[in-house]
Amino acid sequence: MTSGLLLQYVVAGLTYGAIYAVVGIGFNIIYNATGIINFAQGEFAMLGGMIAWTLHHLVPLPLAVAGAVLGTMVVGALVEMTFIRWLYKPSVLRMIVITIGVSILIREAALAAWGESVRALPYFTGSEVSAIELLGARISPQVLWTLSTGAVIVGFLVVFFEYTRVGREMRACAQNRDAAALCGLPVRNLVTLSFVLSAGIGALAGCVVSPITYTSYGVGAGLAIKGFTVAILGGLGNSLAAVAAGLVVGLLESFSVVFLPTAFKDTVSLTILLAILVLRPAGLFGSREAARLKAF
Amino acid sequence: MTTPAASAWSRAAAALRRSARLQLLAFAAVLVAAQLLTRAGGKEFLLTQLTMAGYYTLVVLGLSLLMGHAGQISIGHAGFFAIGGYASAFLTTLDLSASRRLPVVALLERLHLLVARKDLYGGEALGVEPWAAFLVAVGLTALVAVAIGVPVLRLKGHYLAMATLAFGTIVGSVVVGTQRLGAADGISGVPPFEVLPGLRVMGGAAGRVANYYVAWGLVALAMLLLLNLIRSRTGRALRALHGAEEAAAAMGVDVARLKLQVFVLSAMIAGVAGAFLTHFNGGIGPSEASILKSVRYVAIVAVGGMGSLWGTLATSAVLSFLSLRGTFGSHDDAVFGVILVAVMLLAPDGILSADLRALWRRIAPAPRSREETPR
Repeated sequence: MTSGLLLQYVVAGLTYGAIYAVVGIGFNIIYNATGIINFAQGEFAMLGGMIAWTLHHLVPLPLAVAGAVLGTMVVGALVEMTFIRWLYKPSVLRMIVITIGVSILIREAALAAWGESVRALPYFTGSEVSAIELLGARISPQVLWTLSTGAVIVGFLVVFFEYTRVGREMRACAQNRDAAALCGLPVRNLVTLSFVLSAGIGALAGCVVSPITYTSYGVGAGLAIKGFTVAILGGLGNSLAAVAAGLVVGLLESFSVVFLPTAFKDTVSLTILLAILVLRPAGLFGSREAARLKAF
Repeated sequence: MTTPAASAWSRAAAALRRSARLQLLAFAAVLVAAQLLTRAGGKEFLLTQLTMAGYYTLVVLGLSLLMGHAGQISIGHAGFFAIGGYASAFLTTLDLSASRRLPVVALLERLHLLVARKDLYGGEALGVEPWAAFLVAVGLTALVAVAIGVPVLRLKGHYLAMATLAFGTIVGSVVVGTQRLGAADGISGVPPFEVLPGLRVMGGAAGRVANYYVAWGLVALAMLLLLNLIRSRTGRALRALHGAEEAAAAMGVDVARLKLQVFVLSAMIAGVAGAFLTHFNGGIGPSEASILKSVRYVAIVAVGGMGSLWGTLATSAVLSFLSLRGTFGSHDDAVFGVILVAVMLLAPDGILSADLRALWRRIAPAPRSREETPR
């Protein structure tokens, strides 16, 4: 393998890894606020890509992406308010089944709205053939968009949870919900906000990656499983570790193509998921140290 | 104010509640009545979908034992169904006639474990005898269930759900990605399965009535097994496990072993259903291994009332039949999604147990205090 080819694989792995990381962080935000694993997480990314594609026929690309993110945030809020807010101490089994049902509903709604065909946003800069030469590898500018968007999302979340009032309130709610409620925090609204936030970053990730991977109504489930793998690998609730885990999974998947037929690419991350669940359910970084870092 | 007729009715109902034997008798009566109705109405073609619905019901009954009684979720049961079905299909459609000279092949043929059949082009093909293939298929399903169950059943809640979902997805993508299993086309041309002399599991109008009774007879058999199981010592241990795992363990229930046994049993039931339906349909495709199928099974168990075997059976018979008849058109998956969400939101113990007054109170709730925030 030449160094150029090697770099090509690395870059592809990091691109997918960045998306998985963002979806994984989406899982974590909701998990921390509610203790729920939202199986509909992948659908947010799908909706982002699809809504942006539709809006792009009417408005310029940046506006379309912004509109898609806002639209998906509304969907996230609606999901929480319709299906979750008014349940009194639901069992885990019940929440699993409900969020799975919600993911099917969103997916089927998308099928009805956009049909079965595969859509893609245009490249944000350049086109599918434009590439940047780097050490013998050809890198699409969209890859840089994806990586930098991932970095911006993570940076934004760090600032949000560390330095803003609402972010700190959400962390308080994550740490001890009853105590947070006793202190007068609007716990229910903070939970809704966690869905909104999670939907927003999912949609943004779905938009930037759309030109490379394409979007269709059915991509949500796969993304959700990858995102969950990443969230588990990093230790559920620990989002900075999820970034590292995302990149690891992305790289492993990318290099698996060297050894396995492409059809089995997805089974790689699933096997990682099973192995991690069985061997280290607390995640790779699941130690006391990581628990301390459990900021968002 | 009880009239004699009313009190006789309520006594009969009470007896029915107590006795599994009476329930099964009533079930048999319903089965025969349904078959006679289709004949009287001149709509015997409906039996085909009823037969298929029977096999799906079989899967769901096993899952109901696992979810409702043992309290363990599996979002991968379509995977077990597919393993049973694909193993049967693969073995019975093999052609070993070219390797007849190998001693193993010759021996197997002498033992009647391999049988000759006509292939598509009129030539002779040598495949595995369906009964042998069936036993191998169910054995394989059990093996996979043990291999998956031992590590995975240590997990709880979300982790268990995701792990079984991952298992189901892996089976699905392996099936689609493997050329020998027909990839996206699946396997077709699966020969009939002669369960008993003269009784063949196969499609077509000729064996319609017999096949209807084979499918629902299997359901009745599974019902007998499961009803007895949940009324036994094991059944009580299962309920203890569902209620409080630590307490059950403290009382001497071997929790890990019990979970595994129930998991493997429900997987084997799914494998049996997969094998039979594959022979009935004459083939199997990757959609049988899809996650949406697994979710659908979970949905039916949820709607039937977790753990209510008769409720699950009735729900599955109705929903599977309607779905197979194409009643929901292209919104098939959406219908199941809506049903799933609605039941879990409004009547989490199943549609038969819906308490309408409590439901109304929840829809139009009195002002609630803040401590009640859901967690």
